[in-house]
Amino acid sequence: MNTTLNTIFARHQHRDGALLPILHDIQHELGYVPDEAVPLIARALNLSRAEVHGVITYYHHFRRTPPDRHVVHVCCAEACQANGSEALANHAAARLQQGDIAMEPVYCLGLCSIGPAIQIDETTLHARVTPEKFDALIAALGEQS
Amino acid sequence: MSVTVYVPGDAAALALGADEVAAAIATAAAQRGLKLRIVRNGSRGLFWLEPLVEVATAQGRIAYGPVTAADVPGLFAADFTAGGKHRLRLGDIAAVPYLARQQRVTMHRVGVIDPLSLSDYRAHGGGKGLEIARSLAPAEIVRMVTDSGLRGRGGAAFPTGIKWKTVLDTASAQKYIVCNADEGDSGTFADRMLMEGDPFCLIEGMAIAGLAVGADKGYIYVRSEYPHAIAALNAALDNAGGWLGDFRIEVRKGAGAYVCGEETALLESIEGKRGIVRSKPPLPAISGLFGRPTVINNVITLASVPDILAQGAAYYRDFGVGRSRGTLPFQLAGNVKYGGLIEVPFGCTLRELLYDYGGGSRSGRPLRAVQVGGPLGAYLPESQFDTVLDYEAFAAVGAVLGHGGIVAFDDTVDMARQARYAMKFCAIESCGKCTPCRIGSTRGVEVIDRIRAGATEQIPLLRDLCDTMTAGSLCAMGGMTPYPVLSALNHFPEDFQ
Ligand SMILES: Cc1cc2nc3c(=O)[nH]c(=O)nc-3n(C[C@H](O)[C@H](O)[C@H](O)COP(=O)(O)O)c2cc1C
Ligand code: SF4
Ligand code: FES
Repeated sequence: MNTTLNTIFARHQHRDGALLPILHDIQHELGYVPDEAVPLIARALNLSRAEVHGVITYYHHFRRTPPDRHVVHVCCAEACQANGSEALANHAAARLQQGDIAMEPVYCLGLCSIGPAIQIDETTLHARVTPEKFDALIAALGEQS
Repeated sequence: MSVTVYVPGDAAALALGADEVAAAIATAAAQRGLKLRIVRNGSRGLFWLEPLVEVATAQGRIAYGPVTAADVPGLFAADFTAGGKHRLRLGDIAAVPYLARQQRVTMHRVGVIDPLSLSDYRAHGGGKGLEIARSLAPAEIVRMVTDSGLRGRGGAAFPTGIKWKTVLDTASAQKYIVCNADEGDSGTFADRMLMEGDPFCLIEGMAIAGLAVGADKGYIYVRSEYPHAIAALNAALDNAGGWLGDFRIEVRKGAGAYVCGEETALLESIEGKRGIVRSKPPLPAISGLFGRPTVINNVITLASVPDILAQGAAYYRDFGVGRSRGTLPFQLAGNVKYGGLIEVPFGCTLRELLYDYGGGSRSGRPLRAVQVGGPLGAYLPESQFDTVLDYEAFAAVGAVLGHGGIVAFDDTVDMARQARYAMKFCAIESCGKCTPCRIGSTRGVEVIDRIRAGATEQIPLLRDLCDTMTAGSLCAMGGMTPYPVLSALNHFPEDFQ
């Protein structure tokens, strides 16, 4: 972990307001921001631990524990609601109850004309997602691994 | 000769399978030994037709859509690379009424050009604004923007020229241009489409703003939910070479906090802090990013500037009505048949967008409520669908245009539930600085829950709470949450019985 962190610090330390870029890179590399990283970040940026902790916990995007194998973000905002995202989210929650796929709400992916929308592992986007389509996407994730 | 095929790389097209279509086209062409260049353009914004594939032919561009990977062999069999007949053939997409009736000004290159090619950008009129700006004094640039009547497109509709003049007139060795690309409102995607489909336009607008106020550094703060926009901006900046002169731009990624769209919270976030709203004064124009004078503008605001410089203030001001000048890229979303991007001058009505463009509901049921202006915007009932789309007309009916996002609901919507959602959203996203917003929203959810359970005598209490939030909140997060709540209550009282 320390080598990873030092590389990341070296990449960003000189920037004004480097904390968010550093946290993003740590989460990108490790999947989350471990509590053990907090004092190291604090030292690198000459901040207090409380400040760093405060920032990590303020933003919805940062996680302090390793994520599940897959994370599915289901849009729960108004335009997707108008096309049945609530039923989809309920279906998804039930479908993912066991297993190592996490469902998290997201408030708008910018696909509001073609909802309900979901994003898988922050990489792929899917529109007009019905429960059947959702199940097929989840099944395809299983096959990949 | 090689054929050029356009397959959108826009996030919405990707969500509908554009990558698979592009791959299938490349494979099929290779099998046939056909030389083919695939350009990943932005989207034209007619989403029911995405993925919309276009081919450059001797007769102009011919469109096909919506194309799936499975359609590709059939398209080759129909000789689509020469514009051949096929059931998905749409012809010249610009002639389709949905597009032909629009007046695309700010978005006119989106979906047309290769977004990452500076030479393509220039071939389509890009870069002229910056050239002209370089020949003008700062005050003259500010004057043109003021004269164009451009008001901020991010929500508050503040005159852009006045903001720029304050920054110009504030002495400082370092100033900044910050682009607000947080676009957190549900129902909005114009910023995303512009960043993905024409990133140089935003970059040019920021460089012009830099010349206008004397800033040599810009930041674009993009929400983390928009990875494709971030990638497009970074790639465009890499391709910009020396085009920007001394002006430098850095892309900063947000971290999933709606309130970071509020300008001062956004500045805090770039500075590496919790995105908590600052009290004003001082205005960011006087003491903004790192305490320096800062122009902070929305994506569409900044992207409107190159055309104003290139075509003149009067050209832009001549679009629109009253004090709402120019055009607005409206975003039609939710339960509509033909959702998409509609850029028109201010002055048409909500009904025209919903029915003439949108074709009514996707579900086939009657439309009952339309939320305009994002999660902090009011819900409008059918009786208000003839409201003219301009800032003042919306204010007159107790609503807001905001960023121009329009979200339609059919008659299955439960408006007490939507009111609850608005309060809940405020509770989740509040920055926590002031009590009416932080605590009031949580209490608001509870009161609405009791009303929905039958305690209708608590409706006055809900109204009181909304009054407190309106009057006692520091920013529009707490201050405007009453818009969706009270409009639901006032226009759809039967849902609260
Ligand atoms: C809670 C809240 C969220 C906001 N979100 C955005 C946003 O996502 N994008 C945006 O451009 N403006 C947003 N605004 C408005 C900005 O504070 C600010 O008015 C705008 O960036 C100014 O740019 P403009 O003058 O070009 O519109 C938001 C305001 C509030 C109170
Ligand atoms: S109204 Fe809400 S979001 Fe705005 S400053 Fe107050 S607590 Fe923060
Ligand atoms: S509301 Fe779901 S993508 Fe915008």
